[in-house]
Parts: sequence; structure tokens; C-alpha cells
Amino acid sequence: MSIEVSHLSFSYGQRQVLHDISFQVRQGEFLSILGPNGVGKSTLFRCVLGLLSGYTGQVLIHGTDARSFSVREAAKHIAYIPQSSRPIFNYSVSNIVLMGRSGSLSTFQTPSKADEERCAWALEKVGIPHLARRCYHRLSGGEQQLVLIARALVQDAPILMLDEPTANLDFGNQLLVLEQAKSLTRDGYTVIQTTHHPEQSYLFSDRILALQNGRILTQGAPSQVLTEQTMAQLYGAAVTVVSLYQDKVRVCVPKHITIQEEAK
Amino acid sequence: MKQRLVSPVRMVWLLGALLIVCILASFTLGHYPVPLGQLLGILGSRLGLPIEVSWTPQMETAVWNIRLPRVLMSVLVGACLAGAGASYQGIFQNPMASPDILGASAGAGFGAALSILIGLSSVGIMVAAFAASLATVALVFTVSRHAKGDRVLGLVLSGIMVSSLFQSATSFIKLVADPNNKLPQITYWLMGSLSGAKWSEIGFILPPMLAGLIPLLLMRWQLNVVTMGDDEARAMGVNAPRIRLWTVLCSTLVTAAAVSVSGMIGWVGLVIPHMTRRLLGADYRCLMPGSMLGGGIFLLVVDNVSRNATTAGIPIGILTAFIGAPFFLWLITGKGDHYEH
Repeated sequence: MSIEVSHLSFSYGQRQVLHDISFQVRQGEFLSILGPNGVGKSTLFRCVLGLLSGYTGQVLIHGTDARSFSVREAAKHIAYIPQSSRPIFNYSVSNIVLMGRSGSLSTFQTPSKADEERCAWALEKVGIPHLARRCYHRLSGGEQQLVLIARALVQDAPILMLDEPTANLDFGNQLLVLEQAKSLTRDGYTVIQTTHHPEQSYLFSDRILALQNGRILTQGAPSQVLTEQTMAQLYGAAVTVVSLYQDKVRVCVPKHITIQEEAK
Repeated sequence: MKQRLVSPVRMVWLLGALLIVCILASFTLGHYPVPLGQLLGILGSRLGLPIEVSWTPQMETAVWNIRLPRVLMSVLVGACLAGAGASYQGIFQNPMASPDILGASAGAGFGAALSILIGLSSVGIMVAAFAASLATVALVFTVSRHAKGDRVLGLVLSGIMVSSLFQSATSFIKLVADPNNKLPQITYWLMGSLSGAKWSEIGFILPPMLAGLIPLLLMRWQLNVVTMGDDEARAMGVNAPRIRLWTVLCSTLVTAAAVSVSGMIGWVGLVIPHMTRRLLGADYRCLMPGSMLGGGIFLLVVDNVSRNATTAGIPIGILTAFIGAPFFLWLITGKGDHYEH
């Protein structure tokens, strides 16, 4: 089991953000976490990543209590791919990717030739070896996201956590990044993403976890979660879920449109 | 989009070579120029090489006791200020950070002004400035621990506030100081100057400078990661707050050592890291040594101008501002860093 979260609760001061969250993620699984803004998706992410530690309950990563990890050890298990990264200085793509090796270096070390080769491998893997010498600032949002994925890969951590990876991307880049993430699960990586796109998470995930007001509303196979009832509960949106291509794809159509169409 | 003509690593070596050329050239300039051959002879014989004496004793005194300490002092102070500036810009994720952001200069100025007021010797002034500088940054650090919210912002804001407090205290000392002898001395100290550098001063500042510069050079890769923010750094396995603490310690040590002998020399710590970043990129692996070398070169050249351009010798702190401010304006009105890597 890659991650086992049991009875996790978290409060910011008096305000409880997460209530008794339990879920498990198997190795090689693609898990999407769905939920409206402000339900605690980011807080849950931060707890699992070890950026927040004042929670009750337990987070086990590869069987070990996440709180017992040092910063360096945690980075060997989980890599984090932020929604976007805006470095204040003008780094090259290869510099950014090379930073992913830092957890394997001692404080006084600089990356070696082997580290550089690992970066070249990662850029190749996500399909952007030609961008190595470019300025990170000058890349498109999708390319930047791929660079951050490459940076996570050189960390040699088997779990990748993507925070709304498609939030700032155009449609083509959204598919590009998600396909990349999906293909990594075939290599044995465990991928967890937060997202605002139920249809995309249906298409790409193995399992979906729906969060509502800091509690788990429902979790399970995409076909169990992407239903009219759950979408109504989760987003307060009246939609008709339309199944296409032998249920390989599900589309959420606003109810007033389907009602009009049926009336004809 | 331009490609760099020279790789960053090679550029660092070029800067090193340029520094050596500037050091040698510094001896051949001035009221008492020493030809290169004799200069090398004097330096060699001092280092114990058997060289036939082809120079006068006065020449040797000028080179060894007057010119060389001043040259070394310029290079060391420049390297420390630029190195500390580059570090602070990284750990505070703030391109406008300079070595005095945590009050090191304001504290040193206060310490120096106070010790001039009570009539300490020049060694006493230096030691007081150094101690006051360290104490001020320690105070800033302690205050910021109690600041609510963002740690880094709290630290920077505390630095600004405590600095202005100490600047006011220095102004008060100037107000009560004897306008015939003490006030000019305080004013001159605050303007910054490298004239009258002595071996004894170098002996005093060299240990803290090396104790700060060497770890800064060794930690330089980690600084790259810290510029990405604490959360990202942590997820990559780097404990950013710890790196920041060590960097603040080292940078404070070198800044305090520098200002205790040179007085307030502004702009070097802000401008040189930017210039170096422009020259060889943002990667601290090259930026850190490059900034240190660049700072050394810059201050040495400016000091030569200050020494030779006018008989009175304009205080170097004024000259760095005259050169630094317009340069910085030119830098920010340009279109930033166009270079691909």
C-alpha cells in the first residue's frame, strides 16, 4: 500500500477543516480528489506531504508513520508537483529539474554528472528534452507543468502528488499533462491529483475521492462517484450525466438543457 | 534571444583572472606608482623567495605596509558585501534584499558613532562596530520570532524597523557630538572609506570573513532550492528554514566584519549580485563565486578611482552610490535578463 490515511482530522485554530478522513492508495494507482473550493483538498495534501503536522489520526507512507520521516526521507517517498511555480530568478529548465536531486545531496554538495544525466533522462521521459536550455519563465503553462513533473521524477520518489495540475492550462495542455501522469502510473508510480474537472478525473483515474466540507462524501471507482446524485451533492449542480462510448467517457450536461431537449 | 558566448563556469574563471589583473594594476597607479617587475619582486621576497633587491626600502614600505593592505581590504569587503547580498536575495526570495536588510549596517554605524563619542581608539571603534552589528541582527532575529504570520516577511520588516531605530540613535549621537572633532569623524566613518587600511585590521576581520564566506560557497546549491519557497523546498527534501538560518548567520558575520572596517558602503551588495546574475545566470553554483569576485573587482576599481581621481580622496561610500544608482536604473529599465542558458 502506498498511502494509508486513517481518521485524519485537522484544525486551523478553532476551525476544523478535515473531519475523520480515511482512504488508501495502492501502488500504481491514479487517485483524483474532487471537491468544491475550500473543502480542505489543499489541507489534506499538505498533511500527507508533511507540510502540516498538527493533525490527529495517522498517515502511513509505505507502511511508515509519515511524521517519523525527516525532511530528506519524506522527499524519497513523495514528490510534490505544485499547481504552478514562479521562481523569482531566471532559472534554466535544466536548473529547475536538477533541484529535484537536492534531497539526495548533502548540504555542502553540488549536483554531479550522474545527477545531470538523471535530469536528461527525466526530460526525455516527459517528452521535452529540447527545452533543457530554455528559460523556465518563457515556457507555456503546459511546458512548465511538464518541467515540474520531470523535477519530481528525478527525486526518485514512487508517489507523485499533483496539486490541480490542469488549473492554469489550456485544453490541449490539460490532456497532455494528464496523459503524461497516467503513463507514469503504468511505470509503477502512484499518482494523486486534486482537480476541479469531474469528467477528466473519470477519464484518467482509477479511483475518485469526493470531499465535501472536510469530510469524505464518497470514494470509489469513477463509475460510482461520477453520478448525478454525487455531482448534485458535491457542487450543488443539477446535471445529467451522459455516458458515451460504452461508458468509457461520462459528460455532465446541465439539467435545464436536457429537460428542454426532452420536451421537444 | 541571445545565447551566452561564454559558459557561466568559464566566466567565473575569467572574473578570477580579471581580479588578479586589477590587483596588480592597483599598485602601478597612484601618487607612488610601483612598476610591475619590482612589485612582483617585493611580494616574492616577502614570501621568502630569493630575489635580488632592485627596489628602495621606501618602495617596499609603500607596497607592503600601505598599498597591499588597502588592496586586500577592498577586495575582501567587496567580496563579503556582494556575497552576503546574493545570499540574502536568495533566502528572502527578494531581489531587492541587500546585506544591510537585517540591520547589520545600521548597528555597525551606531556602534562606531558611540565609540567615537566616548573616545575609543581605532581598534576599539572597529571592535565596537563589529559587535554592535552582530547584536543588532540578533535583536532583529529575536523580535521576528514573536512576529505573527509569515516568518520571512516578519524578519525583513523587523530588520527595517530596527535599522531605522538605530539610524535615529546614530543621528542623536551626531547631534550631541562635539562639532569640532567628533562629529566630522563620525560623519566620515559613516560615509565609508578604505583609506588607512592596516594589516592589524585585516588580521581582525579575516577570520570571521572566512568563517562566513566558505560555508556560503559550500551551501550555494541549496540556495537555489530555497528560492523556490519553503514548501517546494521541503517537498524536494531541503529544510529551507535551516538553510536560511545558517545563511543569515554567515552573511551577518561577513557583513559585520566588512562594515566594521569600511563603514557604510552601500550598493555593492545590491548591484553586484544583479550584475553577476545578468552575466552568468541565476544558478548559485556560479552566481555565488561570481558575485564574490565581482564585488572584489568592483570595490577595488572604485577605490582606485577614489584614491587617484581626486587629491582629497572622495569617500568610497559616496562613489559606489554615484556609480551604483545610475547603473541600477539602467539595469531595471532594460528588458530584464534575455539570455537563454
